[in-house]
Amino acid sequence: MISHVVLTTGLLLILIGLWGLLTHRDILRIIIGFSLMGTGTHIATVAIGYVSNGTAPIIDRTLDVSQAASRVVDPIPSALVVTAIVIGMAVTAVMLAFAIRLYDSKKTLSIDAFMDSKW
Amino acid sequence: MIQRLFAAAAVGSLGLVFASLAVGYSEQYSLRPLAESYVRLVPLELGAPNVITGILLTYRGFDTLGEVAVLFMVAAGVGLVLSRQPARGRASTKMRSDEASEIVRTGAEILVPLICIFAAYIIMNGHLSAGGGFQGGAVIASGVLLTLLVFPQYQPNLEFLSIAESIAGALFVLVGVAGLITAGGFLDNRIFPLGQFGAFFSAGAIPLLSALLGIKVGCELSVILERFRPQKR
Repeated sequence: MISHVVLTTGLLLILIGLWGLLTHRDILRIIIGFSLMGTGTHIATVAIGYVSNGTAPIIDRTLDVSQAASRVVDPIPSALVVTAIVIGMAVTAVMLAFAIRLYDSKKTLSIDAFMDSKW
Repeated sequence: MIQRLFAAAAVGSLGLVFASLAVGYSEQYSLRPLAESYVRLVPLELGAPNVITGILLTYRGFDTLGEVAVLFMVAAGVGLVLSRQPARGRASTKMRSDEASEIVRTGAEILVPLICIFAAYIIMNGHLSAGGGFQGGAVIASGVLLTLLVFPQYQPNLEFLSIAESIAGALFVLVGVAGLITAGGFLDNRIFPLGQFGAFFSAGAIPLLSALLGIKVGCELSVILERFRPQKR
């Protein structure tokens, strides 16, 4: 049940991000849309890895090695999302760097001002 | 207006795809075979209680190495894009360069050492509990960000950061190659004895790889943060 809620939240975030991406003209808002889409993807990926009544895949006093395989959630989506979060941060950094350069060239962040980029 | 209609159509049709996904999704009641073998093998073969760290640093260690390379590329790319600044002089005169207020400064002086200790804790316990190199590196970078915000005059030593990052990256690859020679394959953690399960020095090379990864990620994020500051001439 809980993973349905989380999955729906993630997919809705992707849609919100896409809507922001397509309708806004300000580059910073477009970058925010991208980040929302990325976050939504992470949430949806983690939700898919949930196993009913599972716990974190860390073996300690309360989780014995022998019964680990039957009580934990899927560790692979979590491992992939750790990677994806870092890459998402890196992509955002590059987008912001380009936004700074674009602002330097035209003194505005509206994409309507950048129609002459076809050469 | 017509653009909004197109956007609504695009978002709506993707929403239909997602709706069918969400409706058709059913929660799993047991692990898939690959995940089950990971959960079984990480404590047995690698001696690491945290399955996710075991997957990240050993079974998918090559993936992590590629990701660290991406981070390095981004740090270099951001530096390249932001290094030539024709109109930056104007931005820096507009920027208020005076110090932060007393409260913020005192708070930062207390918090930054604590943040550094917390980062070291997260990095070194990556194989035992939730945490690891990436997370700890991000915490280090948050400490650097706080310092940069509070002390605008503070200039991190970029050369030291890039040298530390390069050494950490080279050692990461060397540990991987050592695994190729003395253990089962590239980035195999069994080049050191596995030790007692759950102890601080256990799980072979995983704590070492975690520390290297934390140093590398922390340095790279700090360099990226420093690049985003308006340069003073």
